[in-house]
Amino acid sequence: MVFSAFAELYLASGEGPPGLLPARQQMAFSLGWHIVLACFGVAFPAMIYVVHRRGIVRDDPVALGLAKRWATVSAILFAIGAVSGTVLSLEMGLLWPGLMGRYGDVLGLPFAFEGLSFFIEAIFLGIYLYGWGRMPPRRHLAMLVPMAVAGVVGTFCVVSVNAWMNNPTGFRLVDGEVTDVDPWRAMFNDGAFLQFAHMWVGAFMVVGFVVSGVYAAGLLRGRRDEHHRLGFTVPFVFATVAAIAQPLIGHVLGMRVHDTQPSKLAAFELATHTEGPAPLRMGGLLVDGEVVGALEIPRLGSIIARNSLTAPIPGLDTVPPADRPPVNITHLAFQTMVGIGTLLALLVVVFWLARWLRHDPLANRWFLRVAVVAGPLAVLALECGWIATEVGRQPWTVWRVLRTADAASTSTGLWWSYTGVLLVYLGMTVGAIVVLRSMTRRWRAGAKSIASPYGPGAGPVDEAQRAVGERG
Amino acid sequence: MDLSDVVATAMFTGVVLYGLFGGADFGSGFWDLTAGGARRGGRLRVLIDHSIGPVWEANHVWLIYILVFLWTAYPSAFAAIMTTLFIPMSLALLGIVLRGADFAFRKYSATIAQARLFGALFAGASLITPFFFGTVVGAIASGRVPAAGYGDLVESWVNPTSFIGGILAVGTCSFLAGVFLTADAARSGDPALAEYLRPRTLAVGVVTGALAIAAIAPIRRDAPTLGDGLLGRALPLIVVSAAAGVITLVLVYRRRFGWARVSALVAVAAIVIGWAVAQTPWILVDEMLIADAAGARSTLIALLVVVAVAAVTVLPALGYLFWLTQTDEWARDETARTG
Repeated sequence: MVFSAFAELYLASGEGPPGLLPARQQMAFSLGWHIVLACFGVAFPAMIYVVHRRGIVRDDPVALGLAKRWATVSAILFAIGAVSGTVLSLEMGLLWPGLMGRYGDVLGLPFAFEGLSFFIEAIFLGIYLYGWGRMPPRRHLAMLVPMAVAGVVGTFCVVSVNAWMNNPTGFRLVDGEVTDVDPWRAMFNDGAFLQFAHMWVGAFMVVGFVVSGVYAAGLLRGRRDEHHRLGFTVPFVFATVAAIAQPLIGHVLGMRVHDTQPSKLAAFELATHTEGPAPLRMGGLLVDGEVVGALEIPRLGSIIARNSLTAPIPGLDTVPPADRPPVNITHLAFQTMVGIGTLLALLVVVFWLARWLRHDPLANRWFLRVAVVAGPLAVLALECGWIATEVGRQPWTVWRVLRTADAASTSTGLWWSYTGVLLVYLGMTVGAIVVLRSMTRRWRAGAKSIASPYGPGAGPVDEAQRAVGERG
Repeated sequence: MDLSDVVATAMFTGVVLYGLFGGADFGSGFWDLTAGGARRGGRLRVLIDHSIGPVWEANHVWLIYILVFLWTAYPSAFAAIMTTLFIPMSLALLGIVLRGADFAFRKYSATIAQARLFGALFAGASLITPFFFGTVVGAIASGRVPAAGYGDLVESWVNPTSFIGGILAVGTCSFLAGVFLTADAARSGDPALAEYLRPRTLAVGVVTGALAIAAIAPIRRDAPTLGDGLLGRALPLIVVSAAAGVITLVLVYRRRFGWARVSALVAVAAIVIGWAVAQTPWILVDEMLIADAAGARSTLIALLVVVAVAAVTVLPALGYLFWLTQTDEWARDETARTG
């Protein structure tokens, strides 16, 4: 994030309206923050469902305990996810009036359906969180199902809007006027399903690796109980399926980029001029129009991006200079995403291979260390993937239809709101970490439930547990 | 009725519901803020956690619903509002973020010091949001949002009608929350807490009602179109609102808290609908008509499909949630719960 901020600062200085740069930065920052929590909203209910169901069906207190803890954690994560999602809704108008005023009725429909799925998710979250001990267990468990379904629909809808920005359709421009609007066609644009699949599977990778990483850390510290083994395994199984599916989805999506957004592909591949067969350039930067420091593997670029030994990859020379995206950010972000995705796929293969060969990977400290790092790596891959597709689309907000400079607000005070967002989100991050850490401390000290420290609810039992937690 | 009016009605239904349910959630911040120190205010704060905990996220989604309908059905009005009212919108947003996050943080905080910090942020922020949304309403209703957008960044919302809107929004939310919390306190078997809340709720109701009546004269001067509408077409609704407000006060006074909730909802709904009726057919008063702001017809029809889907999915689910919170199992003490 920091890197992209500085690089964009450099690239965007001195062009466009005064709101352009702070609008971009504020959107990038608030979306980059929210996207991690959105992943939890999408993928976490499914994982909670698995352990909660196991707890009920097999009468397994360990699994039920995990479900309760994960539910409590999700109360925090979903709350800050809900408010940071609201920030994005308002930012659509505050930062991008040029986009919304002109194309609001073209792209708005999936947002409306997304609103409905957010509704469903919020309603059943409320029921689920407060339903412990207040509902028949099976019905209580069933409350997770609408949440998981809403996660799928919501992801599709939000990603559909982004896919529309990459593949604008469902309208015609006649003498600069938007006519023949077909919101359904815009919603189900050609890129929507693939982009959705990529994001949805990515969400399971992020949550799967982050949550299993937390329990891998506990195992590393010698907490080798069933609680930690199950807490590791369930999310890791989800992450396994996702990590193996993701390279395939990514590959198909990548081949689409050649057909629909050649300049983005050129930036991904650091291709200054069209060549075929094209090499794969690992790492490297574009300095004064020359590629520096890249490791070139012949033909691999064509194979990966085009499914061919010889097919050419279009170069930046086919794109007018004014229409070229910031190449270095796009290239590095893209390759970081692909690199991490490949490593994570390898990691899960190694894990299950070891299990198959009757080794216990959870007894191997090196494996556990890697599993801990896999969580942050998956988040980094998510951020990089998002940066790659967004920055790679520049200078367009809507591909070849609306320039970002024309979409941004022309207000002058946007640096203030950007600074405010930075400060508030910093505080929110610190608050979430403080509270989540204190919760795990209390759980480790043996607290069965987390009660608030005020009011009659702070009963003597919990006070005692808290006192133990403070010392431990 | 034109198609654009039908969609506007659907959108405005969201405004009314956000005003009622989101408003009651926000208003609990007033009671939290004035509850006193950690020991004295503890019981009320636990009641607030218990009352709004299961529902605040769902109630909050009405705002998303309104925004999405506004930008999808009336894109140019949305752009005009957002560019002109950048400051109050950003501040309302600040309140939303701080309120939601700190509400969750407080409930799970480890120490009383943390709870105090998070709680103060939650309670304070809960009052910021209705105030600034009230100024937004005042700005739109007094004709200060130009159709082309980018109106005066300060004067658009620093004016008599906006301030009246902001103060009345805070008062109304606090009153609604007071009525709901008093009823919840009585229902959960805590008559002492109900007796603490009862006179204070009455006081907030009387003050808010008096302010609403006193606001008529300055609104007529500052926002003539709105003023004419309020005392013309919308007059029956204003009368209903005033009557329901008085009935609420009487019911709270006579400790009929359950029924007081109903009349309080009617009072607030009537005044919000009254505002809409008063400014119809304008979406931006004196600047842009609803019909002129409307986007593509195909999109308006699609939005009605969304409304239909919402009616069969969201509304039953919401009804189930509200029904659950009213059952005896859910009224149980927070401590009896595991998890």
